[in-house]
Amino acid sequence: MRGLVLQQVVLRLEGRMLFPPLSLQVAPGQVTALMGPSGCGKSSLLAWLCGTLDPALTGQGRASLDGADLTALPPERRRLGILFQDDLLFPHLSVGGNLGFGLRGLPRAERRARIAAALAEAEMPGFAERDPASLSGGQRARVALLRVLLAGPRALLLDEPFGRLDAALRGRFRRFVLDHAAARGLPVLLVTHDAADAEAAGGPVLRLG
Amino acid sequence: MRLPACLPVLLLVGTVLLPVLAGLAGTLLPAFGHLPALGAAGWSLDPWRQLLATPGLGTALRLTLTSGFGATALSLFSVALFCAAFHDRPLFRRVQLWLAPLLATPHLAMGVGFLALAAPSGLLARLLAPLLGLDRPPDLATVNDPWGLALLLGLALKEAPWLLLMSLAALNQTPAARLMATARLLGQPAPLAWLKVVFPLVYRQIRLPVHAVLAYSLGTVEMALLLGPGNPPPLAVLPVRWFLDRDLAMTFPAAAAAILLLALTLAAMALWEGVAALAGRAGRHWAGSGATSGAIAVRLGALLLPVLLLLAVGSLGAVLLWSVAGPWRFPDLWPRRLDLGTWAAQREGLLALAGATLRVALPATLLALALAGAALEAVARHGRAAWPWLLGLSYLPLLLPQTGFLFGLQVLLLQLGLDGGLPAVLWAHLVFVLPHVLLVLAAPWAALDPRLARSAAALGAGPLRVLCTVKLPVLLRPLLAAAAVGVAVSVGQYLATLFAGGGRFATLTTEALALSSGGDRRVLGVFATLQAAIPLACYALVLLLPRWVWRRRAGLRAV
Repeated sequence: MRGLVLQQVVLRLEGRMLFPPLSLQVAPGQVTALMGPSGCGKSSLLAWLCGTLDPALTGQGRASLDGADLTALPPERRRLGILFQDDLLFPHLSVGGNLGFGLRGLPRAERRARIAAALAEAEMPGFAERDPASLSGGQRARVALLRVLLAGPRALLLDEPFGRLDAALRGRFRRFVLDHAAARGLPVLLVTHDAADAEAAGGPVLRLG
Repeated sequence: MRLPACLPVLLLVGTVLLPVLAGLAGTLLPAFGHLPALGAAGWSLDPWRQLLATPGLGTALRLTLTSGFGATALSLFSVALFCAAFHDRPLFRRVQLWLAPLLATPHLAMGVGFLALAAPSGLLARLLAPLLGLDRPPDLATVNDPWGLALLLGLALKEAPWLLLMSLAALNQTPAARLMATARLLGQPAPLAWLKVVFPLVYRQIRLPVHAVLAYSLGTVEMALLLGPGNPPPLAVLPVRWFLDRDLAMTFPAAAAAILLLALTLAAMALWEGVAALAGRAGRHWAGSGATSGAIAVRLGALLLPVLLLLAVGSLGAVLLWSVAGPWRFPDLWPRRLDLGTWAAQREGLLALAGATLRVALPATLLALALAGAALEAVARHGRAAWPWLLGLSYLPLLLPQTGFLFGLQVLLLQLGLDGGLPAVLWAHLVFVLPHVLLVLAAPWAALDPRLARSAAALGAGPLRVLCTVKLPVLLRPLLAAAAVGVAVSVGQYLATLFAGGGRFATLTTEALALSSGGDRRVLGVFATLQAAIPLACYALVLLLPRWVWRRRAGLRAV
C-alpha cells in the first residue's frame, strides 16, 4: 500500500481516550483534512505520527508509510515533514542555515546550489544569509515549507499552518504549499479547525472528536 | 543497554543530597557526644551542657534572630513597596539590568564595602564631618554594633536586590496588567491596587527565595564576622570559632551549637509561615474592605529600596576606593592621592589566590551545568518517567544553615582522610552551585517550545544533534547566565571552603575574611575588590557575549 496509512490509532491522557479509534489512508498526491475543535487531540495525533508525543500522553495503533511501519522508527528516520502554525525557524541560524538543516550528506557546493534554487523558486533569491527575524510573515512561512521539502520527506503533515496568516496571504500560501506537495506526489494530512482550509485542500474531510 | 530515564535527575539530586545528609548525621552524632575518632563513644548531653554554659548565649540567639528576621522583613517590605509604587514606570523594567552588578558581587565584598562606607572612619562619617564638626572618627560603634543593626542592614543590601529580581521574574508569570486595570477601575489608587491584587500572587511564587533569604541571614558566618559584634557574636559564629580552636574537645559543643542553629532556623521558618498566614488574612480583610487611603504611605515606603540600592552601589564604590587609596586623613572626603601600591605589593599573593579560587569555581560551574542540563533534558524528553518531582529536593542546601551540615561533612572528610583536597572543596562548592544553576536554568529549559525540537527531528536530526545544534544554541543566554551565577556562588563560598578544605585551602574569600579582623584596610579592600571583580567580569561577559554572538539574529537578541 503506497501513501500514509493509520490503523486503529488511539491517544490516551491518564487512561482517557482523546478520540475514538481512528483509521485512515492518504494516497500519494492526495490531501486528507482532519477537522475538530481545539483540544480534541489533532495536534497530538501528528506528534504521535512524528514520534514526538508529549510524555504525558500514550499512543497505540499502527502507522505505515509506503508499506513500512513507522512506529518502530526514531523521529529522525521517519522522513515525515511537518509544518506548524508558527514557522519555528531556528532563530540562531540564518535562512540558509535553516534550509540546510535537513540537507545532509551533500557536498558543500551542491547544498548551496539546492538552497539557492529553492529560494529563487519561492521568489526570495539571495536570502540565504538573512536573519529569519528580518523576514515578513509570509516569507517566514515559505522558508518553513522550503526547509521541510528540502529534507526530502515522503509525506507532509500540516498542523494548522495557515492559522497565523492574514486573509490575503493565507490563500496564496495555502496554494503554495498544496502545489508543492502535489508536484512531489506527497500524501498530505492536514489538521485544521477552519472549513475553508479543508475545502481548499480538495480531498476527503474527516471529523475528529 | 538503555539507561533508566530517571538517572540524570537521580545523579543531580544525589550529588547535592549525599553530602548534606551525611553532613547532618556527622553533626548530629558529635552533638550528642559520639565521635569515635576522638575517643568518644556512646552518647551524652555534655556538649549541650557545655554550650548552655557559654556566657552570652542568650545574646547570641537574640542577635541571630533580630538580624535574620530583620534583614528578611526589610528586604521583602522594601521590594513590595517599591514594586507597588513604581510598577507602571517605564524605568521599572530596566531596573533588572542595573541589578546585575549587585547580584554578581559576593556577600563578603559587599560587607567589606559596607564597612568602608559606614565604619566610624568610613565615607559616610567623612561626608557628615563638616556638618557635625568632627575632626576625628566618632566614638560610636556604627558597625559591629551590639544590636546587630549593621549586620541586618549589610544583609539587606545583598538580599533586597535578589528578592527584587525574583519578584520581577514572578511578575512575568502573573496577569498583572489585567488585574491592575480591573482593580483601578473599581476605584483603587495604583499602589494600593498592586499590593491588594498583584502582591499576593507574586509572594506565592517567591516563597522559596524568601525562605532562602531567611535561612541565609540566620546562618551566615562571613557577614556576621565582618559586620556583627564580636563578643558575644551571633550564634552562627560560635561553631566556626570553636571548630578553629586548637582544643579538639571543642568539637563537641561546636556540633551542638550547629544543631541548635539548625533547629532555630527550622523554627524561624515555621514562625515566618505562621506570621505570613496571619498577615495574609489581615491583607484580605483590608482588600475586601475597599479602603482607599494609605497610598501616600506606600509611596514613602517605596523609597526604602532605592536607598538600599544606593547604599549597595556606594559600598561597591567604597571598596574600590579603599583598594587604591594612598594616605587618607580622617575628615578628608578623598584620599590625598590614588595609587596602585597596595595592588603591586600584594600581586603574587593575589595571583595565587585568584588561581586557587578559579580552580574550584570553573570546574564546579561546568560540572553543575552538565548535571543540571542532563537532568532538565531528561525531564523534557521523558516527562514523568524522569522523576522531575525529585528536583525540588536539590534546593535543600539553600534552606538550611550551612554550618548544620558542613560541620559534620568536615568531620566525615577528616575521618576518610579526604579533607583539604581539591575534590572535597569542589564537591562542597557543588552543593551550593548546583541549586543556584538549576534555579536559573529550569524555567527557560521548560519554556523552550517543544515544537522547535520536533521540527528538527522531522528534518532528520537525532536527539544528540537536536540538543547540540538547536536547543543549546537557543538556550545560550540562560546557559551563560547560569554559568555566571555558578561562578559567583563558588567565588563567594566561605564556610564550604573553610570546612571542606580543613582550614588549609585558601581562596580570595577565606583570606579576605582572615584579614578582616585588624588587618590593613587597604589590603582588605584589594582582596574584596578582586573577589567581586571575578563574578562581575563573568556577568559582563554574559550580558555582552550573546549580543555579539547573536548580533545578526534579532530573534535571540531581545531582553
